[in-house]
Amino acid sequence: MLKSGLALCLLLLISALGGEIWAEDLPRGETVRISGSTTLLPITQKAAEEFLKLHPQEDLTVSGTGSGEGLKSLIDRVVDLAGSSRDLKAAESRRAKEHAVMLVRHTVARDGLAVIVHPQNPVGKLTLEQLKGIYLGTIKNWSEVGGDDRVIVPINRDSSSGTFEMWIEIVLKGQRHRPDAQVQSSSGSVAYAVAGNRYAMGYVGLGFIGSGVKVLAIDGVKASYEAVLRGTYPIARDLYIFSRADSSAGAGRFLQFLLGPQGRALLGAEGFVPPAGAL
Amino acid sequence: MSPEAVLLKPKLSPTEHGARLFFLACAVVALGQMFLIMLFLFKESLGLFTSGTSLKEFFFSVNWYPTYDSPEFGSLALVVGSLTVTFFSTVLAAPIGLSLAVFLACLAGRTTREWVKPAVEMMAGIPSVVLGFVGLVVVAPLMQDILDIPTGLNVLNASVILALMAVPSIASLGEDALSAVPGEIQDASYALGATKWETIWRITVPAAMSGLSTAVILGLGRALGETLVVLMVAGGAAQIPHSIFDSVRPLTATLAAEMGETAIDSPHYHALFALGTILFLLTLAFNLLAYWLGRYWRRR
Repeated sequence: MLKSGLALCLLLLISALGGEIWAEDLPRGETVRISGSTTLLPITQKAAEEFLKLHPQEDLTVSGTGSGEGLKSLIDRVVDLAGSSRDLKAAESRRAKEHAVMLVRHTVARDGLAVIVHPQNPVGKLTLEQLKGIYLGTIKNWSEVGGDDRVIVPINRDSSSGTFEMWIEIVLKGQRHRPDAQVQSSSGSVAYAVAGNRYAMGYVGLGFIGSGVKVLAIDGVKASYEAVLRGTYPIARDLYIFSRADSSAGAGRFLQFLLGPQGRALLGAEGFVPPAGAL
Repeated sequence: MSPEAVLLKPKLSPTEHGARLFFLACAVVALGQMFLIMLFLFKESLGLFTSGTSLKEFFFSVNWYPTYDSPEFGSLALVVGSLTVTFFSTVLAAPIGLSLAVFLACLAGRTTREWVKPAVEMMAGIPSVVLGFVGLVVVAPLMQDILDIPTGLNVLNASVILALMAVPSIASLGEDALSAVPGEIQDASYALGATKWETIWRITVPAAMSGLSTAVILGLGRALGETLVVLMVAGGAAQIPHSIFDSVRPLTATLAAEMGETAIDSPHYHALFALGTILFLLTLAFNLLAYWLGRYWRRR
């Protein structure tokens, strides 16, 4: 039982790794190549599937490399569209200018970060201010925020991820997190680590809320699609797809599909919220 | 023509000449690659120091905040993280690996040896992701349950898993070294009335010391360079650990976690290459140490 479970997990891991490796050498030609943020991957992948069903003559390849790598490939004309969970950095705008590339930003969806703890943790709500204290290291014990007398083990995402950047911007207001915060390199592994540790807390995208973890209310609002859509939940952001002004016609057609009603319909199914003003 | 005549033939045949050239070319390519990799590492690292980070800050600051608006690239906590897990894994792996080597080379009967040796070598072939997974889902919760500590992803967990990886290489290389000790000197020891224990401890092990020390250092090198395991089970906190139950972030884990999302030619990108250079220099130092220790023991 354990053995077959382990084998399955391995298989998944290997196929995930393999997918990324093969996606590196995308064929050139009429194919529309989409790359970038892994946060956006579920949307772009699903949309690509639907798009190809409706337009079998088109050719799309989708891969997830992370926002930074995707934008770089877009500027280098290796891909036609790049998903990004953040806006352009100054260095990237500069690089685009140097390469004489004009980038266009499209808002595809809104995303919120849920704050999660172990299901047996008695704490049910925190303020944004308390969250900040916990991640700065001024609050070190659950008893300081109404919980058991246990050390808090805060978990961060890796510092290059868009999720981490959003957390630092919205929760820490740009201040440095405590150095002893743990790091996990994907939202899935943050959820896994929190589900298995009564001391831990972490933050994940709405799509990663599962039964093994408890979602905390922040400033009185619990993370949910409705709260993010309405704008009442404090930890939320926009997700973008970048194109070049000279991206291929096929890329334009896919983008139109993604931003149109059919694309919008897919967002909810994959755990995302339509951008503000879309409904 | 007898084989001896072929060997003694002064002039190389065209085939032999071709083979010689081919192997020479292979050696040149390998060396050239090595040189180019080094050059590339150093060149890409330099960008960090021309973009406002001083050498002093990079080597002596413990603050690794690469993606902030005013970033700081201090590598000390990461270097200490790498050295800590390497040290503890070696402390765990060396006695077990060397004992296993002595058992296989000097004590085990033929049948036992025929079963145990391939098993040990097979253990060396287990992919690191499998061991990392074991550390994550088995060792970490177990450690938390038994010791009641805040996190199971810590120095001890990483060291245990890395030790599991190093034991087979140390045992296998150590066994080779012990088996290479000429039987005559062991026979001579027995002839002088020494017991089996005295022979192993006073004669065989000292004679194989050169190979044994190399085995340990190579095992240590493996722990230092291992990436996936430390990424999964070391906890990832960029801090100087105060106990073996603290989380750390080794150099390799930092590189693996951050490289994919870093804008090329940004200071962060160059800082990661600088970390790569440190890792390279540490590995080089360990290899030189292995070489030097090997020579030292051979001369004695």
